[in-house]
Amino acid sequence: MCSRWLISAIAILPLLTAGCDQKASSRQPTPLPPPAAAGVVDSALVPGIAHASVTTDPKADAYYDNADAVVTGKRLFTQYNCSGCHSNGGGGMGPSLMDDEWIYGGRLEQIHQTLVEGRPNGMPAWGSKVPDQQLWQIAAYVRSMSLPATLAAQNGPTPSQTPAPVPRSAASDPGWHPPPGTSNDYTSVTQGPH
Amino acid sequence: MNRPGFVVAALAGAFAAGAAQTHAQTVPPPVPASEVFTAEQIGKAIAEPTPDAGKAAPSAANAPPDDGQWTSPGKNFAQTRYSSLNELNASNVNGLQPLITFSLNVNKGQEAAPIVANNTMYIVTAYPNYVYALDLTKEGAPLKWKFAPKPVPASQGVACCDVVNRGGTVDSGKYIFNTLDGQTIALDANTGQPVWRTLLGNIRAGETITMAPLVAKGKVYVGDSGGEMGVRGWLAALDEDTGKLLWKAYSTGPDSEVLIGKEYKAAYPTLQGKDLGVSSWPAQSWKIGGGTVWGWVNYDADLDTVLYGTANPGPWNANQRPGDNLWTAGIFARDPSNGAARWFYQYNPHDEHDYDGVNEQILLDMPFNGKMQKVLVHLDRNGYVYVIDRTNGHVLSADPYGPVNSTRGVDMRSGRPIKNEAKETKVGQEVRDICPTASGAKDWQPSSFSPQTGLMYIPHENICMDWTSQQVSYIAGTPFVGAKVLMKPGPGGNRGELTAWDPVRRRAAWQIKENFPIWSGTVATAGDLVFYGTMDGWFKAVDARTGKPLWKYKTASGVIGQPISYRGPDGHQYIAVLSGVGGWSGAVVSGPVDPRDGSAALGFVNTMSDLPKYSTAGGTLYVFTLAH
Repeated sequence: MCSRWLISAIAILPLLTAGCDQKASSRQPTPLPPPAAAGVVDSALVPGIAHASVTTDPKADAYYDNADAVVTGKRLFTQYNCSGCHSNGGGGMGPSLMDDEWIYGGRLEQIHQTLVEGRPNGMPAWGSKVPDQQLWQIAAYVRSMSLPATLAAQNGPTPSQTPAPVPRSAASDPGWHPPPGTSNDYTSVTQGPH
Repeated sequence: MNRPGFVVAALAGAFAAGAAQTHAQTVPPPVPASEVFTAEQIGKAIAEPTPDAGKAAPSAANAPPDDGQWTSPGKNFAQTRYSSLNELNASNVNGLQPLITFSLNVNKGQEAAPIVANNTMYIVTAYPNYVYALDLTKEGAPLKWKFAPKPVPASQGVACCDVVNRGGTVDSGKYIFNTLDGQTIALDANTGQPVWRTLLGNIRAGETITMAPLVAKGKVYVGDSGGEMGVRGWLAALDEDTGKLLWKAYSTGPDSEVLIGKEYKAAYPTLQGKDLGVSSWPAQSWKIGGGTVWGWVNYDADLDTVLYGTANPGPWNANQRPGDNLWTAGIFARDPSNGAARWFYQYNPHDEHDYDGVNEQILLDMPFNGKMQKVLVHLDRNGYVYVIDRTNGHVLSADPYGPVNSTRGVDMRSGRPIKNEAKETKVGQEVRDICPTASGAKDWQPSSFSPQTGLMYIPHENICMDWTSQQVSYIAGTPFVGAKVLMKPGPGGNRGELTAWDPVRRRAAWQIKENFPIWSGTVATAGDLVFYGTMDGWFKAVDARTGKPLWKYKTASGVIGQPISYRGPDGHQYIAVLSGVGGWSGAVVSGPVDPRDGSAALGFVNTMSDLPKYSTAGGTLYVFTLAH
């Protein structure tokens, strides 16, 4: 992976390139251009910065706090056979969508991106097959499945029948949080041993 | 979740915290016994039992003398899964202990039978279908070779019911197996190097392959999976030396593609006619009508015939496909030389309950109606033990072995099941307490037969369901189901049963109840033992004559594999089985499935939501023997 492309792209991180090319790493660092449209970030790890930057898509805005979007999304979810794999959120051929784990990210942009592009372990790429607005509506329904309000509305064995609108607070997720209930001391330094 | 990729907590802690605690589903109460029919009410035969006319046993051609190896999942052409080794018996089996364990490095449902040939053990895992060869001559059975076929990962997304594989076969120096993404591969049994690879399935159309190929007389028989994806079922015959396709017989469509010609003669008039694989469907529906071939294929050496079942028609919503939907949910007999059909019998015309016809056939010579007859015994998903004349496809008897109310018996004149209108499925209407459930009174897990006891050892389920049909559109490569199913325990509440069945007297000899469905195969031995596994992790031995529990061992995960018995290089008897829960019934543990959704995994989760409390996913080989 010591390609010219790699070296120039991350030249400001000498540590990473040290094993590749000593000359390259000793060069004067050149500032990177400001990030262009980087697509949708799926990883909590972004080299060189402490937190993944939140990439936003202004198209997502309309689908927050939108009761129609999740209800329409629910209908489309069945119509396009999403339910054949993901059931009513519990999964089967595809993963569960009602739990709190997001393999490829749980913000609307990220779910939309998964619908458009597909994913390698069996998620089809729907981007060219379904109108974009419908994909956003399906994304909103998928995000709604694990909302406390949607889970609380479950009555009987079939969940996600009364999907709550996706609150705007769901958009503020920077991609990674310390697990709830932990004390955040990963930056502290102690003197020792005593 | 067992998938690559970084798992990101969805939202701030306030959202993420409560998820796992809310609305844990409970297993629903069992269906009352009064809801199902008794064997006396619906069991039927064309003649009364005549046990004095002879003894049930496979023919010598279909079950040659046991050489102590176990080279194919079914053991022999008759597929008796019977071992004539008798070192282990009721008096010493409690001394059985594990000698070898081996991690498969795959935590998905392990349904395969270990294969033993030339003092080497061969194992194929669930996706990604690793093949391991272990040297049984050396201490600890070290790895001889490993082969990774690297099936395309997207194939996982079109596999209906976990990413399982039901095993390979050693023949003529090759280990032959299938991959989830539709390949049949022959490896050099000594080196693990591919001899040939043939791609038969198209995942973009929803096809996968999970079945164990049958190898017989220089041909390899392979069929497709994908009955929940709107695929069209087929059986292919390949040349064993080259992997070249010799013929392919579809389960739906015109006679020219189903390979129905002059040789074909059905035992019942409704199964005789031109292009019934087209005319028994609405226009064009046969092209996406299922009838896959993912179960067991037999070669009948007595009659030089290939026998195999076809799976359910698609979609599950039967209102979208009026007609008998031939040639789904039945059994074909074919000429191995060119695939030409000889006869067909349909277990479930116009199936309304996902009753595939792919379960095993055991080929026996059996006393019936005062004389010995060449029969096959088949345990259908629909709950009946069928005894069928394998020379012509004529049903001799059909008796329930599990809870049944979807039909009122099989009409012995027409060969058709007598439908119970109250349990017919309809769009938009929830039909409750249908027995057996979609996965059947028994699914793929194969029975064994002991010629010593004359009994079949049937590992099966006691589960019913509520079913609501829904309109569904066909989108290639996506599920084509159209039904919401919620499963529930059958009468008594025990979800699993091991039934010892006497096919001659048409009755159960004994029965063992298990909490979970028995999703493993059984093996019967000449020491009058029967081995089977449970989904909560026990591997058990019971007395073949009485069902008395004799020994059990708790494995790392649940057991849904096919146990085998073989003679080791030291001359002693060994028992081997894979542990690793999963499959359709175990997807709630092995799959990325949430137990709060009863409709998940096609409704199986509704009756299995407690399994995660009993077992975790795994993948381990166990080999047991006595201390010596």
